[in-house]
Amino acid sequence: MEYQTFYTDLLCIGAGLAGERVAVEAAAKGFETILLSLVPPRRSHSCAAEGGMQASLGNCAMGEGDNPDIHFADTVKGSDWGCDQEVARIFADTAPIAVREAAFWGIPWNRVVAGKATYYKGGQEFEAVEPQDRHGLITARAFGGTAKWRTCYTADGTGHTLLYTLDNKVTQLGVTVHDRVEAISLIHDGANCLGCVARDLKTGKLRVYLAKATLIATGGYGRLYSETTNTVINEGGGHIVALDTGLVPFGNPEAVQFHPTGIVPTNILVTEGCRGDGGTLLDVDEKRFMDKYEPAKAELASRDVVSRWMMYHIAQGKGVPSPYGDHLWLDIRHLGEKHINTKLREVYDLCRHFLGVDPIHQLIPVRPAQHYSMGGVRTDKNGAAYGLKGLFSAGESCCWDMHGFNRLGGNSLAETIVGGRYIGQRVAEYLAGAEARFDTTLVRQAVAKDQERIKKLTRGGGKENVYEIRAAMQNEMMERVGIFRNGGDLQKAVHNLQAIYARAKQIGLRSNGIGANPELNLALKMPGMLRLAICVAYGALMRTESRGCHARDDYQARNDRDWLNRTLAYWPDMQADLPVFKYEPATQVMYLPPGDRGYGKVEIIPMDAPKEDRS
Amino acid sequence: MSRQLTFNIFRYNPQDPASVPHTDTFRLEETPSLTLFIALNRIREERDPSLQFDFACRMAICGSCGMVINGRPGLACKTLTKELPDQITLMPLPVFKLVGDLSVDTGTWFRTTNTKIESWIHTDREFDPTVIEERMENDLANAIFELERCIECGCCVAACGTANMRADFVGAFALNRIARFMLDPRDQRSEAQYFEVVGTDQGVFGCMGLLACEDVCPRELPLQDQLGILRRKMGFISLKNLFKPKARAAV
Repeated sequence: MEYQTFYTDLLCIGAGLAGERVAVEAAAKGFETILLSLVPPRRSHSCAAEGGMQASLGNCAMGEGDNPDIHFADTVKGSDWGCDQEVARIFADTAPIAVREAAFWGIPWNRVVAGKATYYKGGQEFEAVEPQDRHGLITARAFGGTAKWRTCYTADGTGHTLLYTLDNKVTQLGVTVHDRVEAISLIHDGANCLGCVARDLKTGKLRVYLAKATLIATGGYGRLYSETTNTVINEGGGHIVALDTGLVPFGNPEAVQFHPTGIVPTNILVTEGCRGDGGTLLDVDEKRFMDKYEPAKAELASRDVVSRWMMYHIAQGKGVPSPYGDHLWLDIRHLGEKHINTKLREVYDLCRHFLGVDPIHQLIPVRPAQHYSMGGVRTDKNGAAYGLKGLFSAGESCCWDMHGFNRLGGNSLAETIVGGRYIGQRVAEYLAGAEARFDTTLVRQAVAKDQERIKKLTRGGGKENVYEIRAAMQNEMMERVGIFRNGGDLQKAVHNLQAIYARAKQIGLRSNGIGANPELNLALKMPGMLRLAICVAYGALMRTESRGCHARDDYQARNDRDWLNRTLAYWPDMQADLPVFKYEPATQVMYLPPGDRGYGKVEIIPMDAPKEDRS
Repeated sequence: MSRQLTFNIFRYNPQDPASVPHTDTFRLEETPSLTLFIALNRIREERDPSLQFDFACRMAICGSCGMVINGRPGLACKTLTKELPDQITLMPLPVFKLVGDLSVDTGTWFRTTNTKIESWIHTDREFDPTVIEERMENDLANAIFELERCIECGCCVAACGTANMRADFVGAFALNRIARFMLDPRDQRSEAQYFEVVGTDQGVFGCMGLLACEDVCPRELPLQDQLGILRRKMGFISLKNLFKPKARAAV
């Protein structure tokens, strides 16, 4: 079978905000750059980020006195000390520059309006006076886990405006964009990454991309779970091709964040503002339950705590049955028409358009959903992947690792352009001295391997149905590797996922697989998705502590003595059904020693605690 | 008693020599809050795994899922079946090249057009990372954001009489985009330079005034207003050019 070959200096796999920001940096320095994207770049998941990005400009009244030191400390505490502190430092220092640069490129950031202003917090109205001398500078709003108001925004469409502005830059610089192309394997010689084999999703034909440097910027792996707020394309494609080299580790796969209120059935996020303003959660009897589990904070406990109790309550048989599975209710009716139509306008529109529910008079069906992947392709602080020279990663797909075990709101969008800017500069430096040798035998073998996979799926006689396999994996992940984690369930999950993985090797297409066949798209990825899922479940099983979003019932303390480290999952043997794990210290440089976050659970086993006698 | 829905879906796979354009019919029982996103995925997973369609965000902000729903371009993800009769006919958007079934190539079309209209801030200045940002009135930021809300779903283009007849017409989306840059003080282009881009039959003077673009826009953008404003401005510039033939020739 013939295939087209493209040569370039930089190949970016993924063209959301992080991928485009890196591409802009390289292209501006004169390097030839090709962007690959599953969808037209402007349709990437980056556009779904509504709230904003954190940068310590300190312009607005409630951000008075903010600076990168405070942003750094918030980020480290948020990560529950799981992050790399050098990276968090680079991030906090670069964020204000990245925001201003984005303004220069055309972002219509909301601005400070001098004078008295009315704000809401926890349903309470209060006044602040915006200073005259900062009138017209970039303003910010409040987000959870931050000491200052630091989240810069453009109304409810911050990700959208950032993505469009970045893609405008890409267009201006003449960067080559190949949309609807999916990388299906990396080409490497055991030491150097040379590019990838890709599939054209318009025609189904294979292509080869050869590059001096390759970047993975493919977002998260939320679609390993049945309930996720992620877009349908966040299937971990970049993680799969990296892990499949056997050389590049998947860092902290078990670090997965959940959000309490996705709407049922589509898991679109309903803002925390609903609960902040006084909304309540109800069960099948239309009775509140959070006030019983958490008498002090009730519905306003942290994201993870609320999510956990919701799942627990459903498991007690108190969920509302529906054709889409059991759920609970969010009730904002008592807030009244005026409040809902003004302060919660977005929620009102969302319920109307996607549920056909009028939240002024009706209950909103909700359920916790996977939200963010802190884990990813493990890189150093320059975004250079472990294991292969010439391979980089940035954005949510990357574990460089600024989020540790919990990511703060507003830090993900910020990471895309801050990390993209910083890592982009490092990629450009690398390219300045790089030459690559492309071994045609190696390329031919890589393509042949993928052709063989396709042949086996279309004509191999496999009997397993790819959609059933996917559903089985997603349900397993949601049920046993979700918000509630304990040794027994995780052990069972690893076992069950291994069985599903064995079935995934016997997938056969039911359709003919010709052209841009969607069944073949998924089937090609399915065994890789299962390898990722096994890494997540096994990583969670091994980590016998609770840290940030990783909450174990059987190990409730954060254990800094034994677990102040990062999981590195390798998959060196394709015949195996378990990864090989290594661990490394969470951070080489410790600016801020582990302590109390000031919120959430406080049980901590300190670094210097004596070892327990386990005999 | 829930309704039985009948989906009549356009089918054609241009990559398959054996494929001919036709309509396939699928029946589904309606469930609460059923959207075309859920319905189409159910059909693919349970009935026909080869069915092609595009979704990404499934919350009406990425613009992937434009299609013709019972004769009207719209976003499938925000279309509830309960708002439709029990016969639902789905066709791919016209104007754009067909990938297969309900999937069309909007990416190439929009990238080509954005390149043509030079959809970026034109400035001769360099970014200086050592200074604070330039000030802007918040009202102006909001006004720019209002026009920036377009998600390039292609519904306005598919509904456009001119775009359906003329391949080189840039469409309402592009005129709205130019209006956005004209509002923005960071873009140093002069009115005459904008005229070069859209003051033509491929641009603002190609519109026949049917205004379906605004009717179908899922973002409810003020496309008619922007068209009117642009036409007035471009009209003035073309008149000025008419009376200054020497100056024009000198350009």
